[in-house]
Amino acid sequence: MAVDRFPIEASHIMMFARSVGDANPIYHDAEYAAKTEPGAIIAPPTFMQASAQFDPEYSLRPKIGQPWFGSGKEPTGVKKGSTGGGGGNQGTLHAEQHFEYHRHPKVGDVLTTTVKPGKTWEKEGRRGGKLIFSETITEYRDQQGELVVTARGVGVRTERPATQ
Amino acid sequence: MALKASELEVGMTHSATLVEDLKRTQLVQYAGASGDYNPLHTDDLYTREVAGYPSVFAHGMLTMGMTGAMLTDYVGDGRLTKFGVRFTAQVWPGDDLKATATVQALREENGVKLVDFTVSTRNQDDVEVLSGSATARVDP
Repeated sequence: MAVDRFPIEASHIMMFARSVGDANPIYHDAEYAAKTEPGAIIAPPTFMQASAQFDPEYSLRPKIGQPWFGSGKEPTGVKKGSTGGGGGNQGTLHAEQHFEYHRHPKVGDVLTTTVKPGKTWEKEGRRGGKLIFSETITEYRDQQGELVVTARGVGVRTERPATQ
Repeated sequence: MALKASELEVGMTHSATLVEDLKRTQLVQYAGASGDYNPLHTDDLYTREVAGYPSVFAHGMLTMGMTGAMLTDYVGDGRLTKFGVRFTAQVWPGDDLKATATVQALREENGVKLVDFTVSTRNQDDVEVLSGSATARVDP
């Protein structure tokens, strides 16, 4: 799930900042951004997650001509018991996310990612059922090969719907 | 606009309202911008009948993104060096969220002043939905 080319683009940052309710003009006004300490439109702190847009294999995006597990005529577009295809990693939720910023990416950067699996562990859920945690480490490097952001995500696979 | 170490003390807090009455449309907006189209966040029929949840719920990363805005508004642009969270409860349409950063430590690393925060985001029932930490570079 590595991304060969994640261009940091102004419109994408504008839309992303809007979606998280962040009105800071550094994310949409180049003239304003030029006068700030970073000196340019930079990526908001959680923007690296949007590299999914540039991952051709990303499982949580419907793909042209392929089945999709969301609803249409039926509550799901994938037959029960079928494995593979249809997208999704059903039953997996996001448990943790950590970012380390070596610098903040700015518009014009073109990043690449390398993905390494991390630890895996198990826990008993509060309402029973096994919870299986697995960690993924993603390194985002710039066009000079310099490490820009290190991200560590933890996913949890549940045997039944998680409750709060 | 950046914070000054000389003006900070351990235990100081900064809070911001992230959202009131979270709308389903914002979940759609976040799905489109982030590229995470998991139907659990936008497709009520799938989420109720197939996944078994009472309704769609927010992407954890939307809550983290909103919490990040509280942090960057506080510490200044480009000042975060670390930001990490655990998602501790689900966020549902209609929720109100408030986030708080608490100064945990002031320190220096290679001549750079840093401040460590604990970060907590809670809903209208005071249930913690996100728990984490952050570090920012601050002025002397």
